[in-house]
Amino acid sequence: MHRRSGPCPRFCLEKIADTVRSCGLVFLLVVLASSIQPATAAECLSRGTGDMGLVIERASGSVQILDTTVKTSLFRVTGLGDLSHASAVFSRDERYAYIFGRDGGLSKIDLLCGVLVKRVMQAGNSIGGAISQDGSLVAVSNYTPGGVKIFAADSLALVADLPAVYGDGKSSKVVGLVDAPGQQFVYTLYDAGEIRLADMSDPAVPQVSVFTDIGQQPYDALITPDGRFYIAGLFGEDGLALLDLWQPRAGVRRILDHYGRGKQKLPVYKMPHLEGWAIAGDYAFLPAVGQHEVLVVDTRSWKQVGRIAVHGQPVFVVAQPDGRQVWVNFAHPLNDTVQVIDTQTLQVKHSLQPGKGVLHMEFTPRGEHVWLSVRDLDQLQVYDTKSLKKIAQLDAEKPSGIFFTARAHRTGL
Amino acid sequence: MLKTGNRLFTFCMLASMAAAVFSAPDAARQAELLYLLKHDCGSCHGMTRKGGLGPSLLPEDMNKRPPQWLVNTVLDGRPGTPMPPWRGELSEQDAQWLVDAMRRGEGL
Repeated sequence: MHRRSGPCPRFCLEKIADTVRSCGLVFLLVVLASSIQPATAAECLSRGTGDMGLVIERASGSVQILDTTVKTSLFRVTGLGDLSHASAVFSRDERYAYIFGRDGGLSKIDLLCGVLVKRVMQAGNSIGGAISQDGSLVAVSNYTPGGVKIFAADSLALVADLPAVYGDGKSSKVVGLVDAPGQQFVYTLYDAGEIRLADMSDPAVPQVSVFTDIGQQPYDALITPDGRFYIAGLFGEDGLALLDLWQPRAGVRRILDHYGRGKQKLPVYKMPHLEGWAIAGDYAFLPAVGQHEVLVVDTRSWKQVGRIAVHGQPVFVVAQPDGRQVWVNFAHPLNDTVQVIDTQTLQVKHSLQPGKGVLHMEFTPRGEHVWLSVRDLDQLQVYDTKSLKKIAQLDAEKPSGIFFTARAHRTGL
Repeated sequence: MLKTGNRLFTFCMLASMAAAVFSAPDAARQAELLYLLKHDCGSCHGMTRKGGLGPSLLPEDMNKRPPQWLVNTVLDGRPGTPMPPWRGELSEQDAQWLVDAMRRGEGL
Protein backbone atom coordinates (compact mmCIF):
# COMPACT_ATOMS: atom_id res chain seq x y z
CA MET A 1 0.00 0.00 0.00
CA HIS A 2 1.34 3.37 -1.02
CA ARG A 3 1.96 5.73 1.86
CA ARG A 4 2.53 9.37 1.54
CA SER A 5 5.62 10.56 3.25
CA GLY A 6 6.77 14.08 3.99
CA PRO A 7 4.70 17.10 4.86
CA CYS A 8 1.35 17.83 3.32
CA PRO A 9 1.76 20.38 0.46
CA ARG A 10 1.10 23.92 1.53
CA PHE A 11 -1.89 24.44 -0.76
CA CYS A 12 -3.97 21.67 0.78
CA LEU A 13 -3.18 22.92 4.27
CA GLU A 14 -4.31 26.41 3.37
CA LYS A 15 -7.28 25.66 1.19
CA ILE A 16 -8.84 22.61 2.71
CA ALA A 17 -7.37 22.27 6.15
CA ASP A 18 -10.65 23.43 7.67
CA THR A 19 -12.76 20.74 6.12
CA VAL A 20 -10.27 17.96 5.66
CA ARG A 21 -7.83 17.45 8.47
CA SER A 22 -5.82 14.61 7.10
CA CYS A 23 -3.48 14.69 4.13
CA GLY A 24 -4.17 11.02 3.62
CA LEU A 25 -7.83 11.73 2.98
CA VAL A 26 -6.92 14.40 0.40
CA PHE A 27 -4.66 11.92 -1.33
CA LEU A 28 -7.49 9.38 -1.41
CA LEU A 29 -9.81 11.98 -2.92
CA VAL A 30 -7.25 12.79 -5.61
CA VAL A 31 -6.87 9.13 -6.48
CA LEU A 32 -10.65 8.72 -6.68
CA ALA A 33 -11.00 11.81 -8.83
CA SER A 34 -8.31 10.73 -11.26
CA SER A 35 -9.87 7.32 -11.67
CA ILE A 36 -13.11 8.81 -12.97
CA GLN A 37 -11.75 11.95 -14.64
CA PRO A 38 -10.18 11.15 -18.04
CA ALA A 39 -13.11 10.51 -20.34
CA THR A 40 -10.71 9.85 -23.19
CA ALA A 41 -8.68 7.21 -21.38
CA ALA A 42 -11.38 4.61 -21.95
CA GLU A 43 -11.21 5.35 -25.66
CA CYS A 44 -7.43 5.12 -25.90
CA LEU A 45 -6.19 2.36 -28.13
CA SER A 46 -4.05 -0.44 -26.86
CA ARG A 47 -1.78 -1.30 -29.78
CA GLY A 48 1.55 -0.47 -31.35
CA THR A 49 1.91 2.77 -33.32
CA GLY A 50 4.55 1.70 -35.88
CA ASP A 51 1.99 1.48 -38.68
CA MET A 52 0.27 4.70 -37.77
CA GLY A 53 0.57 8.26 -38.98
CA LEU A 54 -1.35 11.44 -39.48
CA VAL A 55 -2.54 13.80 -42.15
CA ILE A 56 -2.80 17.55 -41.77
CA GLU A 57 -6.19 19.00 -42.69
CA ARG A 58 -4.91 22.45 -43.33
CA ALA A 59 -8.08 24.45 -43.77
CA SER A 60 -9.91 23.10 -40.74
CA GLY A 61 -6.99 23.20 -38.29
CA SER A 62 -7.27 19.48 -37.62
CA VAL A 63 -5.36 16.25 -38.13
CA GLN A 64 -6.59 12.74 -38.73
CA ILE A 65 -4.70 9.90 -37.10
CA LEU A 66 -4.30 7.05 -39.55
CA ASP A 67 -3.82 3.30 -39.52
CA THR A 68 -1.75 2.43 -42.60
CA THR A 69 -2.36 -1.32 -42.31
CA VAL A 70 -6.16 -1.23 -42.29
CA LYS A 71 -6.02 2.06 -44.24
CA THR A 72 -8.49 3.85 -42.10
CA SER A 73 -8.81 6.94 -39.95
CA LEU A 74 -8.73 6.36 -36.19
CA PHE A 75 -9.25 9.83 -34.76
CA ARG A 76 -9.65 13.42 -35.75
CA VAL A 77 -7.97 15.99 -33.48
CA THR A 78 -9.22 19.55 -33.86
CA GLY A 79 -8.36 23.01 -32.59
CA LEU A 80 -4.80 23.16 -33.91
CA GLY A 81 -4.96 26.64 -35.45
CA ASP A 82 -3.69 27.66 -38.89
CA LEU A 83 -2.17 24.54 -40.38
CA SER A 84 -1.19 25.88 -43.79
CA HIS A 85 2.30 24.54 -44.39
CA ALA A 86 2.14 22.50 -41.18
CA SER A 87 4.49 19.61 -40.56
CA ALA A 88 5.03 16.98 -37.88
CA VAL A 89 7.74 14.98 -36.14
CA PHE A 90 7.32 12.02 -33.78
CA SER A 91 8.59 11.11 -30.34
CA ARG A 92 11.05 8.24 -30.46
CA ASP A 93 8.54 5.90 -28.79
CA GLU A 94 6.18 6.83 -31.66
CA ARG A 95 3.40 7.60 -29.21
CA TYR A 96 3.30 11.37 -29.68
CA ALA A 97 3.31 13.70 -32.65
CA TYR A 98 4.49 17.29 -32.53
CA ILE A 99 2.68 19.52 -35.02
CA PHE A 100 4.21 22.78 -36.18
CA GLY A 101 1.49 25.19 -37.31
CA ARG A 102 1.84 28.30 -39.44
CA ASP A 103 0.41 30.49 -36.65
CA GLY A 104 3.32 29.66 -34.33
CA GLY A 105 1.44 26.95 -32.47
CA LEU A 106 3.33 23.86 -31.33
CA SER A 107 0.92 21.03 -30.53
CA LYS A 108 1.69 17.68 -28.91
CA ILE A 109 -0.77 14.96 -29.85
CA ASP A 110 -1.25 11.53 -28.29
CA LEU A 111 -1.68 9.11 -31.19
CA LEU A 112 -3.19 6.33 -29.10
CA CYS A 113 -5.81 8.49 -27.41
CA GLY A 114 -6.44 10.88 -30.28
CA VAL A 115 -6.14 13.92 -28.04
CA LEU A 116 -4.23 17.15 -27.89
CA VAL A 117 -1.92 16.81 -24.89
CA LYS A 118 -0.48 20.28 -24.91
CA ARG A 119 -0.29 23.32 -27.16
CA VAL A 120 1.95 26.36 -26.85
CA MET A 121 1.92 29.48 -29.00
CA GLN A 122 5.62 29.97 -29.35
CA ALA A 123 5.87 32.61 -32.09
CA GLY A 124 3.74 34.72 -34.39
CA ASN A 125 4.47 32.82 -37.55
CA SER A 126 6.40 29.59 -37.95
CA ILE A 127 7.46 27.26 -40.69
CA GLY A 128 8.64 23.90 -39.40
CA GLY A 129 10.41 21.91 -36.78
CA ALA A 130 12.63 19.01 -35.84
CA ILE A 131 13.23 16.61 -32.96
CA SER A 132 16.70 16.04 -31.52
CA GLN A 133 18.72 12.87 -31.97
CA ASP A 134 17.88 11.67 -28.44
CA GLY A 135 14.25 12.75 -28.68
CA SER A 136 14.46 15.09 -25.71
CA LEU A 137 14.23 18.41 -27.56
CA VAL A 138 11.81 19.80 -30.12
CA ALA A 139 12.98 22.78 -32.19
CA VAL A 140 10.73 25.17 -34.13
CA SER A 141 11.86 27.57 -36.85
CA ASN A 142 10.08 30.88 -37.09
CA TYR A 143 9.37 33.64 -39.57
CA THR A 144 8.02 36.21 -37.09
CA PRO A 145 10.05 36.89 -35.06
CA GLY A 146 12.76 35.01 -36.90
CA GLY A 147 14.82 32.43 -35.06
CA VAL A 148 14.65 28.97 -33.55
CA LYS A 149 13.05 28.06 -30.26
CA ILE A 150 13.82 24.82 -28.52
CA PHE A 151 11.42 23.04 -26.17
CA ALA A 152 11.55 20.05 -23.86
CA ALA A 153 9.80 17.24 -25.73
CA ASP A 154 7.96 16.01 -22.64
CA SER A 155 6.61 19.25 -21.16
CA LEU A 156 6.98 21.70 -24.07
CA ALA A 157 8.77 24.03 -21.64
CA LEU A 158 11.09 26.50 -23.39
CA VAL A 159 14.71 25.37 -23.16
CA ALA A 160 16.54 27.74 -25.50
CA ASP A 161 15.84 30.68 -27.78
CA LEU A 162 18.23 31.13 -30.70
CA PRO A 163 17.50 34.45 -32.43
CA ALA A 164 18.38 34.71 -36.13
CA VAL A 165 19.92 38.14 -35.88
CA TYR A 166 22.39 39.06 -38.62
CA GLY A 167 24.18 42.05 -40.11
CA ASP A 168 23.33 45.22 -38.24
CA GLY A 169 20.71 43.64 -36.02
CA LYS A 170 18.04 42.53 -38.48
CA SER A 171 16.10 39.35 -37.79
CA SER A 172 15.90 36.68 -40.49
CA LYS A 173 13.20 34.18 -41.34
CA VAL A 174 14.45 30.67 -40.64
CA VAL A 175 13.91 27.74 -43.02
CA GLY A 176 15.25 24.22 -43.51
CA LEU A 177 15.50 23.25 -39.83
CA VAL A 178 16.63 19.64 -39.33
CA ASP A 179 18.19 17.51 -36.62
CA ALA A 180 21.69 16.14 -37.06
CA PRO A 181 23.79 13.57 -35.19
CA GLY A 182 25.63 14.84 -32.13
CA GLN A 183 22.48 16.40 -30.66
CA GLN A 184 22.65 19.20 -33.23
CA PHE A 185 20.09 21.24 -35.13
CA VAL A 186 20.96 22.78 -38.49
CA TYR A 187 18.98 25.64 -40.03
CA THR A 188 19.16 28.31 -42.69
CA LEU A 189 18.54 32.05 -42.53
CA TYR A 190 16.48 33.02 -45.59
CA ASP A 191 17.13 36.76 -45.45
CA ALA A 192 20.75 36.53 -44.31
CA GLY A 193 21.93 33.72 -46.60
CA GLU A 194 23.48 31.82 -43.67
CA ILE A 195 23.54 28.27 -42.39
CA ARG A 196 23.75 27.81 -38.62
CA LEU A 197 24.64 24.74 -36.65
CA ALA A 198 23.45 24.57 -33.03
CA ASP A 199 25.01 21.99 -30.74
CA MET A 200 22.54 21.28 -27.94
CA SER A 201 24.67 18.73 -26.05
CA ASP A 202 24.30 21.03 -23.06
CA PRO A 203 20.80 22.50 -23.53
CA ALA A 204 21.61 25.31 -21.10
CA VAL A 205 24.54 26.47 -23.23
CA PRO A 206 23.80 26.08 -26.96
CA GLN A 207 26.91 26.32 -29.14
CA VAL A 208 26.01 27.98 -32.44
CA SER A 209 28.35 27.99 -35.47
CA VAL A 210 27.58 30.41 -38.30
CA PHE A 211 28.32 29.93 -42.01
CA THR A 212 27.82 33.13 -43.98
CA ASP A 213 27.48 33.96 -47.70
CA ILE A 214 25.96 30.64 -48.68
CA GLY A 215 23.97 32.22 -51.56
CA GLN A 216 20.84 34.26 -52.19
CA GLN A 217 17.45 33.42 -50.71
CA PRO A 218 17.97 29.88 -49.44
CA TYR A 219 14.34 28.63 -49.36
CA ASP A 220 14.61 25.16 -47.81
CA ALA A 221 17.15 22.50 -46.96
CA LEU A 222 17.58 18.77 -46.47
CA ILE A 223 19.98 16.51 -44.68
CA THR A 224 21.10 13.21 -46.18
CA PRO A 225 19.71 10.10 -44.46
CA ASP A 226 23.06 9.41 -42.78
CA GLY A 227 23.04 12.91 -41.31
CA ARG A 228 26.30 13.89 -42.98
CA PHE A 229 25.45 16.43 -45.70
CA TYR A 230 23.18 19.43 -45.24
CA ILE A 231 22.03 20.99 -48.52
CA ALA A 232 20.20 24.29 -48.84
CA GLY A 233 18.37 25.14 -52.07
CA LEU A 234 18.71 28.69 -53.34
CA PHE A 235 15.86 30.65 -54.85
CA GLY A 236 17.87 33.74 -55.78
CA GLU A 237 20.47 31.87 -57.83
CA ASP A 238 20.84 28.58 -59.67
CA GLY A 239 22.67 26.26 -57.34
CA LEU A 240 22.64 24.69 -53.89
CA ALA A 241 24.80 25.19 -50.79
CA LEU A 242 26.38 22.09 -49.25
CA LEU A 243 27.78 21.69 -45.74
CA ASP A 244 29.64 18.51 -44.79
CA LEU A 245 28.81 18.05 -41.10
CA TRP A 246 31.73 15.65 -40.73
CA GLN A 247 34.03 18.51 -41.72
CA PRO A 248 32.21 21.71 -40.78
CA ARG A 249 35.48 23.62 -40.75
CA ALA A 250 35.78 23.09 -44.50
CA GLY A 251 32.77 25.43 -44.76
CA VAL A 252 29.89 25.65 -47.20
CA ARG A 253 30.47 24.97 -50.86
CA ARG A 254 28.33 25.49 -53.92
CA ILE A 255 27.02 22.55 -55.91
CA LEU A 256 25.11 22.47 -59.20
CA ASP A 257 26.17 26.03 -59.82
CA HIS A 258 24.29 27.64 -62.73
CA TYR A 259 22.17 24.54 -63.37
CA GLY A 260 19.62 26.63 -65.25
CA ARG A 261 22.20 28.38 -67.39
CA GLY A 262 20.78 29.80 -70.61
CA LYS A 263 17.25 28.87 -69.65
CA GLN A 264 14.44 31.27 -68.94
CA LYS A 265 13.24 30.72 -65.40
CA LEU A 266 9.47 30.20 -65.25
CA PRO A 267 7.27 31.91 -62.68
CA VAL A 268 7.38 29.81 -59.51
CA TYR A 269 3.84 29.44 -58.16
CA LYS A 270 4.92 27.19 -55.33
CA MET A 271 8.30 26.86 -53.66
CA PRO A 272 9.84 23.41 -53.99
CA HIS A 273 10.42 21.44 -50.80
CA LEU A 274 13.66 19.76 -49.93
CA GLU A 275 12.48 18.13 -46.73
CA GLY A 276 11.58 14.87 -48.39
CA TRP A 277 15.06 13.81 -49.36
CA ALA A 278 15.49 11.75 -52.46
CA ILE A 279 18.71 9.84 -52.23
CA ALA A 280 18.65 6.64 -54.24
CA GLY A 281 21.86 4.64 -54.45
CA ASP A 282 24.66 7.03 -55.36
CA TYR A 283 22.28 9.65 -56.74
CA ALA A 284 20.39 12.52 -55.20
CA PHE A 285 17.31 13.84 -57.01
CA LEU A 286 16.55 17.52 -56.55
CA PRO A 287 13.90 19.89 -57.89
CA ALA A 288 15.13 22.55 -60.36
CA VAL A 289 13.64 25.89 -59.31
CA GLY A 290 11.57 27.49 -62.08
CA GLN A 291 12.16 24.61 -64.50
CA HIS A 292 10.20 21.51 -65.48
CA GLU A 293 13.14 19.37 -64.46
CA VAL A 294 14.52 17.11 -61.77
CA LEU A 295 18.29 17.35 -61.35
CA VAL A 296 20.35 14.24 -60.69
CA VAL A 297 23.57 14.54 -58.68
CA ASP A 298 26.24 11.97 -57.88
CA THR A 299 26.53 12.08 -54.08
CA ARG A 300 30.21 11.03 -54.15
CA SER A 301 31.38 13.98 -56.26
CA TRP A 302 28.29 16.24 -55.91
CA LYS A 303 28.51 16.77 -59.70
CA GLN A 304 25.42 16.84 -61.87
CA VAL A 305 25.00 13.61 -63.81
CA GLY A 306 21.66 14.24 -65.45
CA ARG A 307 18.48 16.20 -65.70
CA ILE A 308 15.08 14.64 -66.19
CA ALA A 309 12.31 16.49 -68.02
CA VAL A 310 9.09 16.23 -66.05
CA HIS A 311 5.45 17.36 -66.24
CA GLY A 312 5.82 20.65 -64.35
CA GLN A 313 7.85 22.42 -61.70
CA PRO A 314 8.65 19.81 -59.05
CA VAL A 315 7.56 20.48 -55.46
CA PHE A 316 8.45 17.24 -53.68
CA VAL A 317 10.95 14.81 -55.15
CA VAL A 318 10.98 11.75 -52.90
CA ALA A 319 12.61 8.35 -53.19
CA GLN A 320 10.86 5.15 -52.22
CA PRO A 321 12.55 3.59 -49.20
CA ASP A 322 14.20 1.01 -51.52
CA GLY A 323 15.47 3.77 -53.84
CA ARG A 324 14.11 2.02 -56.92
CA GLN A 325 11.72 4.81 -57.90
CA VAL A 326 11.48 8.52 -57.24
CA TRP A 327 8.06 10.17 -57.03
CA VAL A 328 7.47 13.79 -58.01
CA ASN A 329 4.52 16.13 -57.55
CA PHE A 330 4.15 19.56 -59.13
CA ALA A 331 3.38 23.21 -58.53
CA HIS A 332 0.17 24.99 -59.38
CA PRO A 333 -1.35 24.88 -62.01
CA LEU A 334 0.02 21.44 -62.94
CA ASN A 335 -0.59 19.90 -59.54
CA ASP A 336 -3.05 17.23 -60.68
CA THR A 337 -0.27 14.87 -61.75
CA VAL A 338 2.35 12.70 -60.07
CA GLN A 339 5.23 11.19 -62.00
CA VAL A 340 7.34 8.17 -61.19
CA ILE A 341 11.02 8.14 -62.20
CA ASP A 342 12.95 4.92 -62.66
CA THR A 343 16.26 5.48 -60.86
CA GLN A 344 18.11 3.02 -63.11
CA THR A 345 17.17 4.56 -66.46
CA LEU A 346 16.72 8.11 -65.07
CA GLN A 347 13.49 8.40 -67.07
CA VAL A 348 9.87 9.01 -66.21
CA LYS A 349 8.27 5.59 -66.33
CA HIS A 350 4.71 6.48 -65.35
CA SER A 351 2.33 9.39 -64.86
CA LEU A 352 -0.66 9.33 -62.52
CA GLN A 353 -3.58 11.76 -62.39
CA PRO A 354 -4.88 11.53 -58.84
CA GLY A 355 -6.74 14.85 -59.16
CA LYS A 356 -6.16 18.55 -58.68
CA GLY A 357 -4.04 19.70 -55.77
CA VAL A 358 -1.70 16.78 -55.03
CA LEU A 359 0.20 18.36 -52.15
CA HIS A 360 2.20 15.59 -50.51
CA MET A 361 3.35 11.97 -50.73
CA GLU A 362 4.38 9.62 -47.93
CA PHE A 363 5.61 6.04 -48.16
CA THR A 364 4.78 3.23 -45.77
CA PRO A 365 7.94 2.30 -43.82
CA ARG A 366 9.18 -0.29 -46.29
CA GLY A 367 7.69 1.39 -49.32
CA GLU A 368 5.03 -1.01 -50.63
CA HIS A 369 2.47 1.80 -50.66
CA VAL A 370 2.50 5.54 -51.10
CA TRP A 371 -0.20 7.83 -49.69
CA LEU A 372 -1.09 11.01 -51.57
CA SER A 373 -3.06 13.99 -50.35
CA VAL A 374 -5.36 15.38 -53.05
CA ARG A 375 -6.51 18.73 -51.74
CA ASP A 376 -9.24 19.71 -54.18
CA LEU A 377 -10.92 16.29 -54.01
CA ASP A 378 -10.69 16.21 -50.19
CA GLN A 379 -9.12 12.76 -50.49
CA LEU A 380 -6.21 10.63 -49.43
CA GLN A 381 -5.33 8.11 -52.10
CA VAL A 382 -3.18 5.05 -51.53
CA TYR A 383 -1.18 3.54 -54.40
CA ASP A 384 0.73 0.30 -54.68
CA THR A 385 4.28 1.27 -55.63
CA LYS A 386 4.80 -1.91 -57.67
CA SER A 387 1.60 -2.05 -59.72
CA LEU A 388 1.20 1.78 -59.57
CA LYS A 389 -2.54 1.15 -59.09
CA LYS A 390 -4.77 2.92 -56.61
CA ILE A 391 -5.77 0.52 -53.85
CA ALA A 392 -7.60 2.69 -51.32
CA GLN A 393 -9.14 6.08 -50.77
CA LEU A 394 -10.06 8.00 -47.61
CA ASP A 395 -11.88 11.25 -46.99
CA ALA A 396 -9.92 14.16 -45.55
CA GLU A 397 -10.69 17.88 -45.47
CA LYS A 398 -8.21 19.77 -47.67
CA PRO A 399 -5.41 17.37 -46.81
CA SER A 400 -1.80 18.52 -47.06
CA GLY A 401 1.19 16.93 -45.28
CA ILE A 402 1.09 13.20 -44.52
CA PHE A 403 3.49 11.93 -41.84
CA PHE A 404 3.98 8.31 -40.76
CA THR A 405 5.51 7.32 -37.42
CA ALA A 406 8.49 5.57 -39.05
CA ARG A 407 9.92 9.09 -39.37
CA ALA A 408 10.64 8.89 -35.63
CA HIS A 409 13.72 6.85 -36.36
CA ARG A 410 15.10 8.76 -39.33
CA THR A 411 17.54 11.62 -39.09
CA GLY A 412 16.21 14.80 -40.66
CA LEU A 413 12.54 13.81 -40.66
CA MET B 1 -43.10 62.08 -59.87
CA LEU B 2 -43.09 58.81 -58.09
CA LYS B 3 -43.22 57.04 -61.43
CA THR B 4 -40.24 58.99 -62.79
CA GLY B 5 -38.34 58.25 -59.62
CA ASN B 6 -39.07 54.57 -60.04
CA ARG B 7 -37.95 54.63 -63.63
CA LEU B 8 -34.76 56.43 -62.74
CA PHE B 9 -34.14 53.94 -59.97
CA THR B 10 -34.64 51.01 -62.35
CA PHE B 11 -32.33 52.61 -64.90
CA CYS B 12 -29.65 53.18 -62.30
CA MET B 13 -29.99 49.61 -61.07
CA LEU B 14 -29.63 48.20 -64.58
CA ALA B 15 -26.72 50.49 -65.38
CA SER B 16 -24.83 49.56 -62.23
CA MET B 17 -25.52 45.87 -62.83
CA ALA B 18 -24.18 46.19 -66.36
CA ALA B 19 -21.11 48.00 -65.04
CA ALA B 20 -20.62 45.22 -62.51
CA VAL B 21 -20.82 42.61 -65.26
CA PHE B 22 -18.12 44.30 -67.31
CA SER B 23 -15.81 45.26 -64.45
CA ALA B 24 -16.01 42.37 -62.01
CA PRO B 25 -15.62 38.62 -62.40
CA ASP B 26 -18.89 36.66 -62.05
CA ALA B 27 -19.80 34.88 -58.84
CA ALA B 28 -18.30 31.56 -59.95
CA ARG B 29 -15.03 33.23 -60.87
CA GLN B 30 -15.00 35.13 -57.57
CA ALA B 31 -15.29 31.85 -55.72
CA GLU B 32 -12.38 30.47 -57.78
CA LEU B 33 -10.32 33.55 -57.00
CA LEU B 34 -10.99 33.29 -53.26
CA TYR B 35 -10.03 29.61 -53.39
CA LEU B 36 -6.81 30.51 -55.20
CA LEU B 37 -6.14 33.26 -52.66
CA LYS B 38 -6.61 30.91 -49.74
CA HIS B 39 -4.77 27.87 -51.03
CA ASP B 40 -2.22 29.03 -53.59
CA CYS B 41 -1.37 32.54 -52.40
CA GLY B 42 -1.75 31.00 -48.93
CA SER B 43 1.28 28.74 -49.53
CA CYS B 44 3.53 31.76 -49.05
CA HIS B 45 1.29 34.37 -47.44
CA GLY B 46 -0.52 32.03 -45.00
CA MET B 47 -4.07 30.76 -45.32
CA THR B 48 -5.13 33.42 -42.84
CA ARG B 49 -3.10 35.99 -44.85
CA LYS B 50 -0.95 36.85 -41.87
CA GLY B 51 2.18 36.33 -43.95
CA GLY B 52 4.83 33.65 -44.21
CA LEU B 53 7.70 33.65 -46.66
CA GLY B 54 5.73 36.45 -48.31
CA PRO B 55 4.33 39.49 -46.49
CA SER B 56 0.95 39.81 -44.77
CA LEU B 57 -2.09 40.34 -47.00
CA LEU B 58 -4.32 41.59 -44.20
CA PRO B 59 -6.39 44.75 -44.87
CA GLU B 60 -4.29 46.93 -42.54
CA ASP B 61 -1.17 46.05 -44.53
CA MET B 62 -2.81 46.07 -47.96
CA ASN B 63 -4.23 49.53 -47.35
CA LYS B 64 -0.73 50.94 -46.90
CA ARG B 65 -0.09 50.53 -50.64
CA PRO B 66 -1.81 52.12 -53.64
CA PRO B 67 -4.34 49.68 -55.18
CA GLN B 68 -2.76 49.90 -58.64
CA TRP B 69 0.67 49.04 -57.21
CA LEU B 70 -0.89 45.93 -55.67
CA VAL B 71 -2.62 45.00 -58.93
CA ASN B 72 0.69 45.37 -60.77
CA THR B 73 2.44 43.22 -58.15
CA VAL B 74 -0.14 40.46 -58.60
CA LEU B 75 0.07 40.59 -62.40
CA ASP B 76 3.79 41.15 -62.88
CA GLY B 77 5.34 39.79 -59.69
CA ARG B 78 8.16 41.40 -57.74
CA PRO B 79 11.52 40.78 -59.43
CA GLY B 80 14.20 39.81 -56.93
CA THR B 81 11.64 38.16 -54.64
CA PRO B 82 9.78 34.84 -54.93
CA MET B 83 6.55 36.66 -55.89
CA PRO B 84 5.73 35.34 -59.38
CA PRO B 85 3.80 37.15 -62.11
CA TRP B 86 0.21 35.83 -62.21
CA ARG B 87 -0.57 37.37 -65.61
CA GLY B 88 -1.76 34.55 -67.82
CA GLU B 89 -3.45 32.92 -64.83
CA LEU B 90 -5.31 36.09 -63.93
CA SER B 91 -6.85 38.85 -66.02
CA GLU B 92 -6.59 42.54 -65.15
CA GLN B 93 -10.17 42.37 -63.79
CA ASP B 94 -9.36 39.27 -61.73
CA ALA B 95 -6.37 41.02 -60.17
CA GLN B 96 -8.36 44.17 -59.45
CA TRP B 97 -11.14 42.18 -57.82
CA LEU B 98 -8.62 40.17 -55.76
CA VAL B 99 -6.86 43.31 -54.55
CA ASP B 100 -10.24 44.81 -53.57
CA ALA B 101 -11.18 41.59 -51.81
CA MET B 102 -7.92 41.60 -49.84
CA ARG B 103 -8.35 45.28 -48.94
CA ARG B 104 -11.87 44.54 -47.66
CA GLY B 105 -10.65 41.44 -45.85
CA GLU B 106 -13.18 39.32 -47.76
CA GLY B 107 -13.21 35.66 -46.83
CA LEU B 108 -11.19 36.16 -43.65
